[in-house]
Amino acid sequence: MAIPENKLAFDGGWNYAPAPESTDHIVVKKRYGLFINGDFRAPEKGRYFDTLNPANEEKLSRVAMASQADVDKAVKAARKAYTGPWSRMKAKERGKYIFRIARMIQERAREFAVIESLDGGKPIRESRDVDVPLAAAHFFYYAGWADKLEYAFPGRKAKALGVAGQVIPWNFPLLMASWKIAPALACGNTVVLKPAETTPLTALKLAEVIADAGLPDGVVNIVTGAGDTGAAIVTHPGVDKVAFTGSTNVGRIIQKALAGTNKKYTLELGGKAANIIFADAAIDQAVEGIVNGIFFNQGHVCCAGSRLLVQESVADEVIEKLKDRMETLIVGDPLDKNTDIGAINSRMQLEKIESYLKIGQSEGGEMHQSSCSLPKSGYWCRPTIFTGVSQSSRVVQEEIFGPVLAIQTFRTYDEALTKANNTPYGLSGGVWTDKGSKIFKMTQGIRAGVIWANTFNKFDPTSPFGGYKESGMGREGGLHGLGAYVKLEA
Amino acid sequence: MSLTAVKTPNRMPDLGRVAAVDEVGVDERVARFQSRSIKKASKVEALKMVLGMIDLTTLEGQDTPGKVRQLCQKAIHLHDAMPGLPHVAAICVYPTMVGIAKEALQGHDINIASVATAFPSGMSSREVKLDETRMAVAAGATEIDMVISRGAFLAGQYAHVFDEIVAVKEAGGDARLKVILETGELGTLDRVRCASVLAMHAGADFIKTSTGKIQPAATMQVTLVMLQAIKDYYRETGRMVGMKPAGGISNAKLAVHYLVMLRETLGAAWMTPEWFRFGASSLANDALMQLMKQSTGVYQSADYFSKD
Repeated sequence: MAIPENKLAFDGGWNYAPAPESTDHIVVKKRYGLFINGDFRAPEKGRYFDTLNPANEEKLSRVAMASQADVDKAVKAARKAYTGPWSRMKAKERGKYIFRIARMIQERAREFAVIESLDGGKPIRESRDVDVPLAAAHFFYYAGWADKLEYAFPGRKAKALGVAGQVIPWNFPLLMASWKIAPALACGNTVVLKPAETTPLTALKLAEVIADAGLPDGVVNIVTGAGDTGAAIVTHPGVDKVAFTGSTNVGRIIQKALAGTNKKYTLELGGKAANIIFADAAIDQAVEGIVNGIFFNQGHVCCAGSRLLVQESVADEVIEKLKDRMETLIVGDPLDKNTDIGAINSRMQLEKIESYLKIGQSEGGEMHQSSCSLPKSGYWCRPTIFTGVSQSSRVVQEEIFGPVLAIQTFRTYDEALTKANNTPYGLSGGVWTDKGSKIFKMTQGIRAGVIWANTFNKFDPTSPFGGYKESGMGREGGLHGLGAYVKLEA
Repeated sequence: MSLTAVKTPNRMPDLGRVAAVDEVGVDERVARFQSRSIKKASKVEALKMVLGMIDLTTLEGQDTPGKVRQLCQKAIHLHDAMPGLPHVAAICVYPTMVGIAKEALQGHDINIASVATAFPSGMSSREVKLDETRMAVAAGATEIDMVISRGAFLAGQYAHVFDEIVAVKEAGGDARLKVILETGELGTLDRVRCASVLAMHAGADFIKTSTGKIQPAATMQVTLVMLQAIKDYYRETGRMVGMKPAGGISNAKLAVHYLVMLRETLGAAWMTPEWFRFGASSLANDALMQLMKQSTGVYQSADYFSKD
């Protein structure tokens, strides 16, 4: 269909007044220590680092920098809790603690949501409607498994591993902590977890919840810090299992470090998912799916649909509609309830995204951004699409981790499949068509851990998540997620 | 064969090319509109906009000339205790009441919409429908709200429905034509989209969800699909078509969410009574009550607003 010039205008006229979520009820301490053996304590070397609000670059708090000595203590506390109360406790009792954490997250949902948006820059609509409810759901789900492991692994005996060392990223801070902690506890392990250095606050709030829930001391330890702290946890001889979510580069380093050790590990790494739109798809809903796939959480999503493959006969229509839709996306204050796209998580990440915008243009791609204005301070990136790019373009090959979509067209089913799979990653994918048969044919061909049909970025604690190829090893979530935290005996 | 083919003004569209609709996706999009938080100045502006877009409606067998006059009075004077309010866009009545409305609205810039074409079922002959349309226009109707023949549409007789709309449009002359799809009887959103495309190509000036006599009447889901059809039609032809959700929109908050949907789907150009209407009877008073609450900080009793 040829698209004539009849453009729509989305600016001017009636606008939405600011609707900021209140921060009155939020308590963020000036300084946070390390949560080791049941309470907060100062770091051995007395070093702290700032955590900023990426929407205005103001300091929110100072957070302890854990050294090797602190990690030693945390692992020791976790070991003691493991051999002591936690592994001896009846599974049903363990489950009760996990249920309690889930309920307390729900009770403090608003506080968690606001702090998540303050510290990480994501829109309050997402932290309130996605991150926090899903975090609670993960605890609820795994709490239920705690005393039913014999049904999860019929005919075999599931035994806890011991101390789990967990390192999580900054894109879904509380949710990733929940993904990691809940199954570990349900299987009877104890935990040393490090949140990302730019987003430590909700993990520290979770530590408060865990303390209030009365978990035995040392069952969960939360140590803050940067890459060195993470390395100290991963390589610590007292850690029996490593769970990491983050970049493929760090994942490689971890895998090398763990080679030859007896540690179990799961790695959830990068992605460059293809979102494939066939001509017979429900186009208006597919456009929503594209938006949700790449602009959700500013594109800081490892399973983001960052490559759009659209069948050529509808490509012009889809791109025009996508541009219209981008004009209606509200970029700004993460705490405003109407904000669709918040702040980029850190200056470093913003610089990385901006470098890719330059690369994309220098490679000959045509860049289009929405016309929205951006706040004066803070880290921001307009929703962006690239057309005229190809499989050899770096913006098509590499994970940008920002609100940047690379668009290519295809003619045949085989071409779509070839392009979709021609990537070192394999975390997720999307297929949009009105034909059920096409969905099954396509999804069987795509080599990715999660594939959505006529939707995108849907998560549920009962569903396993993980990647092929350089997107990682092992699965988290669902029944599969339990397997990563047990050893099975006959 | 002549090379200068005669271009007919209304060509039957290729319904095989109408885009599919995914109901789950529509629900999700609607939920997003409803999560928009409309406060303070933008709420006041929206409520006033809602009032100005209302087709104040009475379509009962027991309507009397007195009731119609009273409604016309309300159309002009929504709530004189509050200065600066707009008047409603139109009065919507049965054909026999058009003359009375015309007299009552003399000298005011308020449209008179008349339902026609054997409203609400549409179960009559083409001749009767066209006569009724002519009669309403002759009596002073400036807008005609017709119903499509759902039986024919559901039976796949699209050409029949198409021709009928073309004929009613012609019979109505200068009156703006609103085509009621009665979406509550169409069953699927795919059919809603199809009927929208058909009506627009046949010359509809507005497409309208419902008669108000069938449940469900207007929903945000159905309205979104129709707005998206309007958007595609506009892109294709350059002609703007209006939208009128009718029935079931009785509270102001819901009406404001419709405006959010309109703004984010069709943009600023459609945000006027010329291109968007609410078919409603009790919506006006709820919007008035909300407006008073915005200015005084408290809700007043319903008895402070005239019930008509």
